[in-house]
Amino acid sequence: MTAPLLAIEDLAVSFRTEEGEVTPVRGVSLQISENETVAVVGESGSGKSVTSFATMGLLPRPAGRVSQGRILFRRRSGDTIDLATAPRATMQALRGAEIAMIFQEPMTSLNPVLTVGEQIAEAVRLHLGYDRRKAWAHAVEMLGLVEIPDAARRASDYPHHMSGGMRQRVMIALALSCRPALLIADEPTTALDVTIQAQVLTLLDRLRRELGMGVLFITHNLGVVAEIADRVTVMYAGEVVESAPVRDLFNAPRHPYTRALLECMPSRAIQDASGRRVVRSIPGQVSRVERGCAFAPRCADATPACSVEAPMLESDAGRQTRCLRWRELA
Amino acid sequence: MSTEPLLTIAGLSKNFGKAPHLVRAVNDVSFSLGRGEALGLVGESGSGKSTIGRLALRLIDASAGQIRFEGQDITAAPERRLGLFRRQAQMVFQDPYASLNPRLRVSSIVGEALDAHGLARGAARKARIAELLELVGLPAAHMERYPHEFSGGQRQRIGIARALAVEPRLIIADEPVSALDVSVQAQVLNLMQDLRRRLGLAMLFISHDLDVVELMCDRIAVLYLGRIMEIGTTEQVARHPRHPYTRALIAASPRPDPDAPPRERMLTGDIPSPLAPPSGCVFRTRCLHATERCAKEAPALRETGPEHQFACHFDISHSPNA
Ligand SMILES: Nc1ncnc2c1ncn2[C@@H]1O[C@H](COP(=O)(O)OP(=O)(O)OP(=O)(O)O)[C@@H](O)[C@H]1O
Ligand SMILES: Nc1ncnc2c1ncn2[C@@H]1O[C@H](COP(=O)(O)OP(=O)(O)O)[C@@H](O)[C@H]1O
Ligand code: SF4
Ligand code: SF4
Ligand SMILES: [Mg+2]
Ligand SMILES: [Mg+2]
Repeated sequence: MTAPLLAIEDLAVSFRTEEGEVTPVRGVSLQISENETVAVVGESGSGKSVTSFATMGLLPRPAGRVSQGRILFRRRSGDTIDLATAPRATMQALRGAEIAMIFQEPMTSLNPVLTVGEQIAEAVRLHLGYDRRKAWAHAVEMLGLVEIPDAARRASDYPHHMSGGMRQRVMIALALSCRPALLIADEPTTALDVTIQAQVLTLLDRLRRELGMGVLFITHNLGVVAEIADRVTVMYAGEVVESAPVRDLFNAPRHPYTRALLECMPSRAIQDASGRRVVRSIPGQVSRVERGCAFAPRCADATPACSVEAPMLESDAGRQTRCLRWRELA
Repeated sequence: MSTEPLLTIAGLSKNFGKAPHLVRAVNDVSFSLGRGEALGLVGESGSGKSTIGRLALRLIDASAGQIRFEGQDITAAPERRLGLFRRQAQMVFQDPYASLNPRLRVSSIVGEALDAHGLARGAARKARIAELLELVGLPAAHMERYPHEFSGGQRQRIGIARALAVEPRLIIADEPVSALDVSVQAQVLNLMQDLRRRLGLAMLFISHDLDVVELMCDRIAVLYLGRIMEIGTTEQVARHPRHPYTRALIAASPRPDPDAPPRERMLTGDIPSPLAPPSGCVFRTRCLHATERCAKEAPALRETGPEHQFACHFDISHSPNA
């Protein structure tokens, strides 16, 4: 078996703040193979974006740093490098060429004063060494690939002349123009209408297959996860609490947090005693714990032992679970 | 009181700007809302949902049509005659961060609404604030805190307490849970349902999430480029949709089930510019069922059952390849 495309091993990320050092990501491990989509889900603040920024080498300097672990990436050349310690110049060369990223807000990655065609052409000239004509033709081809109607003409449009959904697709075209091996997508459809979201998800899935990319897909929308992911990693308060193939996760969640999260979805509403439809919710909010399991204050299955001993991430049958009681609860 | 609905909207239109920049944000929209009833407004961005909400609250004036509240025509009533209406219709906003003044304590945020309508003073005022906070599931002891000391879900509860302070009959909630995580969303949705039943509130519930609307609402109106495409009970619209656009919206909603079959694509292209809406049926440029007739003639809303209407020349639910 070949090594995975990306292997994050025991990652911790720390930030220096006025109140001292904080470590919002602790001991995170995950792997992505070629042609595979791994979704990372979790509540806001659980550490999803910090993990992706660390992988891209885009942690804010000098406050943020990888304080533990490795981020191993298999390069096109076949060499494996640790993105956590790679020199800045290497990271710059990798970004856009071998690793690409798309965000929730397309205008953060699009230049408002260049036409969309020029932006894509410039990227491929830089990373693939194409000449002007070839670069422009490639830009038009990419815009067609993301279903921009009349791409040859729209390539000369500026981003602000396009609708939000079109800009999102242009950003995808730009990100994928150099055929990256790994795509990191941080909430790329969160701000979109469901109709445009459906379009973008279908598109991403098709391009993943055609280019054989590995995709790290960050979202808090479980419906989107069900649709796009092969594997899912669930984060809670900076740690991985469960990781499993998507079917296993939805059909037989092991961690009490995963189970509770799935039950919060309006589509899983239940009838209460008076016949009204209600959704189950998780009481309280994420809080800091001194000892034991971070989820214990909100966990319906917690026992006194849970507030004493911190659970380790246990592997079993291709899945990982961080819960003292998962076997007896299953 | 008569049997007249709490809120009646008839032939309502709102234009922004002047030609060639004229946008018909709301175009000949009619519906009614009964006492204690919840109506969901769904549709893509720019379809006119928020504009309808602002019109119904008289935050902006209509270009045409009529708004009746409690049997009274409030479409053009002068501000001084809107006193009781201003109390009885309240808004809950999407963004719990932006909608609360960061410099005010919770007691002032909720208390301001009481003061504005001269509802309680002194000890009674404080007791009422405590009662309101407890009603939305916040400890009364937190009333002297500032908004930044609360989480997103708690801030949304404060926004709801503020809306409830004046004992409204109608709440207009514009994407009230869109900014919240699914677990917090569940808490706030349950709270809103509970309050609605206990206090007999009617609600206009604006959301782009069909699952949420289905859970919260008795009826649903589907909007596209300022027009109603379909309106009916939740059961009718969500389970037995008749309009091609409603069907497309449902098909596009993510299904949280990895075993679901791959989605069927029911839409083509992008939303047209609201400055140049298509002739005839406004949906025709994206409709898989469009014919020549659709470009020439705008379909009127037609009845398909009690309370269920849709605006399409055809009935695709009866065609073999629908
Ligand atoms: N003050 C305004 N001036 C000019 N145009 C406006 C104004 N307010 C709204 N519009 C336009 O009216 C149309 C309807 O807007 P509205 O905000 O009601 O949509 P919405 O359905 O609430 O969308 P979203 O889902 O994005 O909130 C849009 O084309 C919008 O650009
Ligand atoms: N530059 C920073 N300095 C200090 N703390 C940070 C910084 N960036 C992020 N954090 C903290 O890291 C945690 C995880 O954040 P993030 O990864 O953005 O969450 P999400 O899962 O919502 O993407 C949060 O508690 C956040 O406040
Ligand atoms: S370790 Fe205990 S508290 Fe933590 S998730 Fe498992 S049962 Fe719940
Ligand atoms: S009237 Fe024509 S274009 Fe409009 S929804 Fe019906 S079939 Fe489609
Ligand atoms: Mg994030
Ligand atoms: Mg709106």
